[in-house]
Amino acid sequence: MAASSHVVRAPGPIAGPRAFLRRLRSGDEIAHLITLCFAASVVLVTSLLVYELWVDSALARHKFGWHFFFTSVWDPIAEQFGALPFIYGTLVTSALGLLIAVPLGLGAAIFLSELAPPRISDGLTFFIDLLAAVPSVIYGLIGVFILVPILRNFGEPSLKATLGFLPLFQGPMYGVGFLAAGIVLAVMVLPFIISVSREVLLSVPREQREAALALGATRWEATWKVVVPFARTGIFGSIFLALARALGETMAVTMVIGNNPQVSASLFAPGYSIAAVVANEFTEATGDLHLQALIELGLVLFLITFLLNGLARLLILTTSRRGSAVEVA
Amino acid sequence: MKKINGLLLYLCLALGVCTRAQDPMLVNGAGATFPLPVYSKWFDEYHKAHPGVQINYQSVGSGAGIRQLQSGTVDFGASDMPMTDEQLGQAKVPVQHFPTVLGAVVPTYNIPGVSAELNFTPDALAGIYLGTITKWNDPAIAGANSGVNLPSSDIVVAHRSDGSGTTFIWTDYLSKVNADWKSKVGRGASVNWPVGLGGKGNEGVSGLVKETPNAVGYVELIYAIQNNMPYGRVRNAAGSFMKADLNGVTAAAAAAAKNMPDDFRVSITNPEGKTAYPISSFTWLLIPTKISDPVKRDTLKGFLKWMMTDGQKFTEPLSYAKLPKEVVEKEMKAIAKIQ
Repeated sequence: MAASSHVVRAPGPIAGPRAFLRRLRSGDEIAHLITLCFAASVVLVTSLLVYELWVDSALARHKFGWHFFFTSVWDPIAEQFGALPFIYGTLVTSALGLLIAVPLGLGAAIFLSELAPPRISDGLTFFIDLLAAVPSVIYGLIGVFILVPILRNFGEPSLKATLGFLPLFQGPMYGVGFLAAGIVLAVMVLPFIISVSREVLLSVPREQREAALALGATRWEATWKVVVPFARTGIFGSIFLALARALGETMAVTMVIGNNPQVSASLFAPGYSIAAVVANEFTEATGDLHLQALIELGLVLFLITFLLNGLARLLILTTSRRGSAVEVA
Repeated sequence: MKKINGLLLYLCLALGVCTRAQDPMLVNGAGATFPLPVYSKWFDEYHKAHPGVQINYQSVGSGAGIRQLQSGTVDFGASDMPMTDEQLGQAKVPVQHFPTVLGAVVPTYNIPGVSAELNFTPDALAGIYLGTITKWNDPAIAGANSGVNLPSSDIVVAHRSDGSGTTFIWTDYLSKVNADWKSKVGRGASVNWPVGLGGKGNEGVSGLVKETPNAVGYVELIYAIQNNMPYGRVRNAAGSFMKADLNGVTAAAAAAAKNMPDDFRVSITNPEGKTAYPISSFTWLLIPTKISDPVKRDTLKGFLKWMMTDGQKFTEPLSYAKLPKEVVEKEMKAIAKIQ
């Protein structure tokens, strides 16, 4: 942005107010200013958000300090609040959701952009976009009435029978829990991954494919070794979009996660997520400290999103550098 | 420029006069969700009878209702639990509680192969929710249900995950009947549950109970009645097992009415009285006792009086237990004191 404004202002030093007026009349400066305002408003809203969360959680921050992150008691009556089980639940369910959704979504996107006939591709894409518009409470309901009984009666018992030696698949099977929440999240974020990845893959120049094919690559080799790496940055982008949605999802998660603040190695166990507890307890929180602890949880969620996004950027930066080095070589 | 200013001024005046002339008296309230159906009915019927008054109620939850009243952004609040002394102290104006209707909470369960109505003793309920009673055939449960073939399966405990007046009533009751519960958990809209799965709202808890074999949960009586859910009897202080119904709830309130304090902040769980259902509570409107705007004051007082008299006929069709006579009389006196 700094660079582009430099280019526009290049004749600046010589030009006086009259030149400025001329530029104003030609529209460029106006467009520049207006779009700058729009861009700045995003930054403004974000910083206002952080400021409000920070100020409104002062009481809880001072009382609990860093312990807030590492204790797992959440007792509104004794006014003891620890965020650990909620942070854990948020991270575990989001990770599980991505673990399921990324291979599925990427595979589907490759099929739709590279392999499927255009008519099928367009039709399926329409359904996927439709999936993205389904309200989350619907996913939650389907989760409660269909997924949870299936998990309790078939899914979890068979996982326990086959992979039960892992601590991940032990303990009583209620149906609701981390596993159910992870699966529901996976379904919810799938359309984001497919839709964005497909667009990115479609935008890979035709010449890239043709060159690979001309060198004797099979169609799959051209897709997997040339097209997908070329579109890597955009695909990462779609995954992070999905991650952001998963981290912040409230309604569908609270309906299937069991809402029990505990840190448990088993995916069958009920858990709790940050967004879910805030939504659940905010309206009836009467104690100041309780309310502020909930607001601090909001701040923590923001922090997690911020950190993960930062990490993601870093990842993209390093991989794309390595990528370009290979290209040069 | 002057012309435009004049025009603007004229427009403003015209608009102002117009809206003034048609404006009904607007009263804003916010709070509890549990009584929302009967409150909306009341506000609607009152508006029909008195077109000059419009009462706008937002069901944002008891906690948020109390906070909005404290900061003075609404004319009245509503809550399923009485305000604490500390909360009353934080309010800008002195606040009076007015009981409006009664609610009750019932234990519901889903045990495959058991269709009989179960009896619950207070200790059995507390033990189940503390996690000390883990099997359905535990003597504490089986002892009160002779003749019922209870399985040896693990009990799956379900509770509300959202903060709610229902949880407040339930935990208030358990605190009264069980010392362990009082010291370990306590009472509140959200508590630190020793065991169990959380469901959002009555529908969330009933969903968990219906879908999970061997589960037990608690829901509002109204919700259980409207959805034809099976629910158990609970032993009251007089020793008889009571199935919750509207009369039993009103009986509980009548038993408590004798010792009703002047501020109406009273818990009526586990009352005396042979026919009283033990897990019930008032829900309250929170009204400032000093209202500076005389029109607003008269409007609110008028509404409260109407609610205590004509309004009561709308409660039972909506499955709310109505107030006992004694409480209504006492409240009429309190209404007169609003200045």
